[in-house]
Amino acid sequence: MRNRTRFLIPVLAAGLLSAACSGGGGSSTPTGPAGDGAAGGGAAAPAGGSGGAFPRNETLYTSGTQWGPPANWNPLREWDFATGTKGLVYETLFMYDPNTDKFTPWLAESGDWTGELEYTLKLRKGITWSDGKPFTADDVIFTFELGKMETVPYHPLWDWMKSAEKVDDYTIKFTFATANYQEWANHLYSRAIVPKHLWEGRSEDEVMNGVNEKPVGTGPYAYQSHDQDRMVWVKRDGWWATKALNKDVKPKYIVDIVNSSNEVAMGLLLQKGLDLSNNFLPGIANLVKGSFGIKTYYDQPPYMLPANTTWMWFNTAKKPMDDKEFRKAVAYAIDTKKIVEGVYGNLVKASDPSGLLPQWDKYVDKNVTSALGFSYNPDKAKQLLADAGYKDRNGDGLVESPSGAKISLKLIVPAGWTDWMEAARVISSSAKAAGIDIEADFPDYNALVDVRNQGKFDLVLNNDKQLANTPWLYYDYLFRLPVQKLQSTTNFGRYENKRAWELTQQLDQVKPEDVEGMKKITSELQKIQLGDMPVVPLWYNGLWSQTTDSTWKNWPTSAADAPKYPPTVWRNWLEMGGTLMLTELQPASGG
Amino acid sequence: MRRYFGRKLLIYGLTFFVAVTINWMIPRFMPGDPVQSMLSRANVAQPAAVEAMRAHYTAMFGFDLPLWQQYLNFWGALLRGDLGISIWLFPTPVSDVIIRAVPYTLGLLIPSILLSWFAGNRFGAFAARRKWLDNTVLPVGYVLTATPYMWLAILLAWALGIVAGVFPVAGAYGFDLQPSLSWGFVGSLAEHWFLPFASLFLVAFGGWAIGMRNMIIYELEADYVNYLRALGAPARLVRRYAFRNAILPQVTGLALQLGVLVAGALVTEIVFSYPGLGHLILQAIQNQDFFLLQGTFLFIVIGVLIANFVIDVAYVLVDPRTRTGMGEAA
Repeated sequence: MRNRTRFLIPVLAAGLLSAACSGGGGSSTPTGPAGDGAAGGGAAAPAGGSGGAFPRNETLYTSGTQWGPPANWNPLREWDFATGTKGLVYETLFMYDPNTDKFTPWLAESGDWTGELEYTLKLRKGITWSDGKPFTADDVIFTFELGKMETVPYHPLWDWMKSAEKVDDYTIKFTFATANYQEWANHLYSRAIVPKHLWEGRSEDEVMNGVNEKPVGTGPYAYQSHDQDRMVWVKRDGWWATKALNKDVKPKYIVDIVNSSNEVAMGLLLQKGLDLSNNFLPGIANLVKGSFGIKTYYDQPPYMLPANTTWMWFNTAKKPMDDKEFRKAVAYAIDTKKIVEGVYGNLVKASDPSGLLPQWDKYVDKNVTSALGFSYNPDKAKQLLADAGYKDRNGDGLVESPSGAKISLKLIVPAGWTDWMEAARVISSSAKAAGIDIEADFPDYNALVDVRNQGKFDLVLNNDKQLANTPWLYYDYLFRLPVQKLQSTTNFGRYENKRAWELTQQLDQVKPEDVEGMKKITSELQKIQLGDMPVVPLWYNGLWSQTTDSTWKNWPTSAADAPKYPPTVWRNWLEMGGTLMLTELQPASGG
Repeated sequence: MRRYFGRKLLIYGLTFFVAVTINWMIPRFMPGDPVQSMLSRANVAQPAAVEAMRAHYTAMFGFDLPLWQQYLNFWGALLRGDLGISIWLFPTPVSDVIIRAVPYTLGLLIPSILLSWFAGNRFGAFAARRKWLDNTVLPVGYVLTATPYMWLAILLAWALGIVAGVFPVAGAYGFDLQPSLSWGFVGSLAEHWFLPFASLFLVAFGGWAIGMRNMIIYELEADYVNYLRALGAPARLVRRYAFRNAILPQVTGLALQLGVLVAGALVTEIVFSYPGLGHLILQAIQNQDFFLLQGTFLFIVIGVLIANFVIDVAYVLVDPRTRTGMGEAA
């Protein structure tokens, strides 16, 4: 035996050695040279967190944004840049607070419509990029002109903007062909301004597809390091807002953890290893009520601020969904309360019949919604079906169409989205109770996108449109024309209503201050929407946010003296208050 | 000898070609369009911009070409060592993504495969000779080897991670650390490594122990053992001969089990959110990242083929009969 096994020893040794190398040395290479703090960690105790490179009391741990390793720091890639690229590094001209509907000048000092088709923007003086170069009008003009490249997402701006001209170093005059006031207001707080001196000369491919390592911005943080499961930002000295606005961000490090699973996020949160979790954690209500030190924006239902509406789209190009009476009957047949209570445990709120988020309540015409609005009422649903000629001819309890054709519809929801799958089952069973055969179906996400965009579905749930400064975005989502071969972001139901689309375009051209003018149009739109019911608004998804007070306090909550900013680091939310939330944080005493 | 290895290499080459072709085909037959899914996730505010972006990315990934041309381009790029760009982690090259994940997977796989094989064989042979051990090891071994990897992984994570709180349940090292050659970092790395390793090790260990135990009992009843005993050979010598013969099917078994073990490692990584290849494959499938999926499978195929080849060579060394056979053939 001794002889025969001897040859195994070198094999085994080699295996162990390579394993040891790959386990230890290998994994340290991706992030390159270790940061400053790591050297200090070397002397510390081998076990426990005390030897960490990021002292707990100076570090803010967040999660809920990244679904994969940080892959780029390109602020133009608004959907997959590393958490915080826009907001912590690159900043916007204005900040917008959706809860108070107010614009706060940020990189800009002020901005006004100086003519029907002319907007003048004044910039704040004394702002510098993190490499020391001054921030001027050239950077802003350069950023907007990047939009002339076809693949830049804000390219369509140039369909109605004529020019961006420099008046002096801190003044810019924008002139327009059509003044889409609502959309422009959205651009003012959504576009991350990039430094001309570093981005000039980049090709279209580099601009859109570039990784942009070591981003240089005007914001309060700078790149520190990243790995497969985290993104680390470090506070930089000399952020302009400290001097200009007396605002300062307290955490020295921000470590954003890549989402792995709900259990992991929940575990970290309970161990106070996470300060802010923007994950959807089912059942969090029980923990908020218990003494676990976990807080949400409201301490009672719905716990979260609303962030977007979940809509059910009818494919209006198919029978019987082309019949508005049938669509209305379905709307009356859905037991939304059961979804809100049973599926979500009151973490969400049922939607207004208009589908507009509570922050847009002022644009809802209550006369219209009370006259035309729908609510769960199976008898009314049955009545509507009977009146329109939908009858149960074969005695299976489910209606057939007036022509006698069998109705059997599928409601598709991505597989693995467990809360939505459960909601789809509720919709299916309550529709069946009213006599409408709707089956819940769970294809893979990619397959769902494919059939949805091509219009090969019956019913689909969607919540792509997020809260923003204007309800115009929602109407654009509902009524946009013309219908293309692929409907990839709007009007999945292929609903064609010229009048509604005209009104939507008119709405875009009303000044945001003119709330009455906007209301006149939104009221018309609500009449069309509720009369035709091309889509059923179901519930408001929350701005999922769970916080702990162990290291950082003064989180935004509904409490009287607490800040009211949206407590999140989600992409495109930092300019809606996320950055301001960071400036309000305070170290917990003794933490 | 040359003919033996020539034939083996030919078979490996064919397997490689077929496996890589299937790797290329499978994602393309999945329903859905990766560019559309990517843009749908992108949720661009300006719908008018989407069409231009779709055209751009479709052309960039080469999805607008006819399938046969995509296939040829794929082989062309592969031979140049270019695995493409990940769609999920755009714009990171696939090879970078894989290189970052491979150390973690190998760090789990190699020790668990070799240690479980080595320890399992030793222990099985040992247990076969002791009645009380045999009575306990056999049932435990059967339970272990019949346990699905992820099930054991979940049990371990729950018992030692959540309830006892001894080990962390996710990631490769603590969130408050940065990679460095410090005790804190290496300790954290080992702590995070232990549970996934243990779940792989235990399942495989059970299988090897049972196999070896059965083989030893069989060998101890063989004619040559009876003959040796009749000659009055010491029990030690008899056992040594039995072990040598019993180990041969276990070597073959190792070659056969490699694929299963790799698959087991993949699910284990998912359970522990361990940032290796298994984790990547799951993400690649969910995001319809053709290139990443191709790349990871390619890596696994190559790995399994190389390991099999090594076992083939080892077999020649351990089993004199193969050498004799080759000598005759040559």
